[in-house]
Amino acid sequence: MILPIKSRPTTLRFVLGTSAIALASLGFAYQAGLIPASRLINPEDLVKVLQSAKNEKPLMIQVGSHVLYSQAHIPGSEYVGAASTEIGLQALRKRVGSLPRNRFIVLYCGCCPWSHCPNVKPADDAVRAMGFTNVKILYIANNFGADWVEKGYPVAKGD
Amino acid sequence: MRILKKGILRILGLIVLVAGFYFTIRHHGAGVGISNASTSERSLAPDFSLPDLAGQTLDLSSYRGKVILLDFWATWCDPCREEIPQFVALQNKYGDQGLQILGVSMDDGPEPVRDFYRRFKMNYPVVMGNAQTGALYGGVLGLPIAFLIRRDGRIAAKHIGATDVSVLEKEIVSLLRS
Repeated sequence: MILPIKSRPTTLRFVLGTSAIALASLGFAYQAGLIPASRLINPEDLVKVLQSAKNEKPLMIQVGSHVLYSQAHIPGSEYVGAASTEIGLQALRKRVGSLPRNRFIVLYCGCCPWSHCPNVKPADDAVRAMGFTNVKILYIANNFGADWVEKGYPVAKGD
Repeated sequence: MRILKKGILRILGLIVLVAGFYFTIRHHGAGVGISNASTSERSLAPDFSLPDLAGQTLDLSSYRGKVILLDFWATWCDPCREEIPQFVALQNKYGDQGLQILGVSMDDGPEPVRDFYRRFKMNYPVVMGNAQTGALYGGVLGLPIAFLIRRDGRIAAKHIGATDVSVLEKEIVSLLRS
């Protein structure tokens, strides 16, 4: 069917508009999902690293919610701010800025289901942009409660 | 040739649109799902006194006699943001039958919450929660988490992660009638 000439720009706008919405949805759905599997570490593997006498212990930083951090966090981990905010990112950069670039760093959040986490990807991007080469993101599929605390892994509370 | 090009553009746009929404929906609600933990059911919902967005103190116990949907959420939590318009609709629909939705924001401060409240035209009280509030409710270590509380103040259900609103509505109706 050949549309009248005046409808052609409308059709193009429709296609471009729906494509933009779809791509935005895709990006939203996969924000944390864009982190390659090679940069992830599973909870059980992190626990093994922490319990091992010989492995280098990572600097662990929770990059999500302070209220959630206060309730429960990985012992020895630090809180600097939510990486979905510029203030949180600046604090993260400041915390790691003086460290050797091969320092083993683990970043984690656990606020929400993995694909909806607004914090881990910006944190990973920021730290890697500073030249850090040994960064892992703790893969928390559902939330910190379900995937760490309820598994019986070590927990600390408070600030 | 131009017709063919236009047709291909339309089909491509439709495929991208469908794929985008499919993957969005597929990853939505990838939380733990419904949990009616026996440690929470039938126990009295812990009372709290917390400031609302106007700085006034709100006591959970003042709503005894209502069916309460107690929603732990935060402005930065995308599944929470998606649920809230549905909660606004539920409050409108069942408020005069005794439903009271209460939001407990786990944001670090009230400013973004006030802004969110206005933009989303929320129609139920929101208080500012903290780590102690979370601990009272067994640990709010991921969002959203919603509790349904009976008129007698006892917990009827706990939902971890984004929940299908039709499931919540069914439970609310049952509680309102009982």
